[in-house]
Amino acid sequence: MSQKVLLNAKEVNIILHRLACQLIENHNDFTDTVLIGLQPRGKYLANRLAKMLKEEYKIKNIQLGYLDITFFRDDFRRGEKPLEANTTEINFLVEDKNIVFIDDVLYTGRSIRAALTAIQSFGRPNEIELLTLIDRRFSRHLPIQPDYRGRQVDAINEEKVKVNWQENDGEDSVYLINN
Amino acid sequence: MSELSVNHLLGIKYLNSQDIQLIFETADHFKEVINRPIKKVPSLRDITIANLFFENSTRTKLSFELAEKRLSADVINFSASQSSVKKGETLIDTVNNILSMKVDMVVMRHPNPGASVFLSQHVNASIINAGDGAHEHPTQALLDSYSIRERLGSVKGKNVVIVGDILHSRVALSNIFALQLQGASVMVCGPKTLLPKYIDKLGVKVETNLRKALNWCDVANMLRVQNERMEISYFPSTREYTQQYGVNKALLDSLDKEITIMHPGPINRGVEITSDVADSKQAIILDQVQNGVAIRMAVIYLLASKIKH
Repeated sequence: MSQKVLLNAKEVNIILHRLACQLIENHNDFTDTVLIGLQPRGKYLANRLAKMLKEEYKIKNIQLGYLDITFFRDDFRRGEKPLEANTTEINFLVEDKNIVFIDDVLYTGRSIRAALTAIQSFGRPNEIELLTLIDRRFSRHLPIQPDYRGRQVDAINEEKVKVNWQENDGEDSVYLINN
Repeated sequence: MSELSVNHLLGIKYLNSQDIQLIFETADHFKEVINRPIKKVPSLRDITIANLFFENSTRTKLSFELAEKRLSADVINFSASQSSVKKGETLIDTVNNILSMKVDMVVMRHPNPGASVFLSQHVNASIINAGDGAHEHPTQALLDSYSIRERLGSVKGKNVVIVGDILHSRVALSNIFALQLQGASVMVCGPKTLLPKYIDKLGVKVETNLRKALNWCDVANMLRVQNERMEISYFPSTREYTQQYGVNKALLDSLDKEITIMHPGPINRGVEITSDVADSKQAIILDQVQNGVAIRMAVIYLLASKIKH
């Protein structure tokens, strides 16, 4: 197994600031916008961005939720292991809101497809955008592209992209792992 | 551990404590789902479930059907009263006929103890026991424990008394197994005639005095007197039963502490429990009903994840 650093802590930090600024550019004071982190891994990125927008860019009304897509996935009973659910926490209405889905890696696009279906259970949003830290292009199974991307990566299918977060894994970094 | 140790839910006695833990954690997620504006998830789009009820039921049948529909499974219903069972068809034939229509899972209630175990050995489908005679009613016991966990934080270390007709009750047996697996102490309380002879062999305390039992417990699960299963008289009169074993507000208020009251339904108001108790804050009877859907969704989901096409 070999691994290569795609992004170090400093680069992750620069990218987070850029993504935060791009969000502000499109959503102003976030009155009609809600951030939704996709469980399990999108939660960390969503937390980080929400914190940055609040503390460093002084935006008061950040609404943040987490969406679990387990029961909406299209690979139920297809994998070796059963799917394990995570917590959904959406304590606000999404009706007529502008939603930003936040996930760490965009790969086949199937999770996003599931999230698009899952969010309908909470109402009819005005618009949905997608933000990902890593966009693995050329590996999409569905016509889904991010609106905000941290870094585009060309990785072959055998390779794995691993995003680490300080609060969970001890450091901010992104690795390309080759088995 | 993210998989059940069993392929069928035939009774609590076939489960281990990790299974119960997994069912509860999965039910937590489904409880959140059924409180959304849109209460349905598409997980079981490709699963067909047959509900076979060879005995009357309202809430269990509705609860199972709702759980199945919330998971997007296809559902077919069958009641013995309107079927060929009356014409002399055997259980295995009936079920195999239904399975040949490509059914993946069977939820069955049957008056004979062991009917679901028997079925699981002879047909090729996941079986969920929705009550077999006076044997087991596993989903009821799971939702009872889940409701205790929700109200009191955990089941472990709690004292639970099951009051009433233990002799004819499948709920009692499943509850005893489930509570003991999770580390609760269990007591049964009722007239001697309605307590099975060797019930203490299951490791439960036996008490015939209701006041003593209530003073000991954190939770009292009140069972209905199952007149339909009684061929002889087990106590002199309903009125005397109520005097000895009925719970009323005055009795609860005279206890040293506030206990939680449960009832699996249907309630005979004024017999085992008075209206003011059934409708009080101490009673979690309607929570039990709501949790029933989440628990059944969890059980069906976890068993369905083991079906391979």
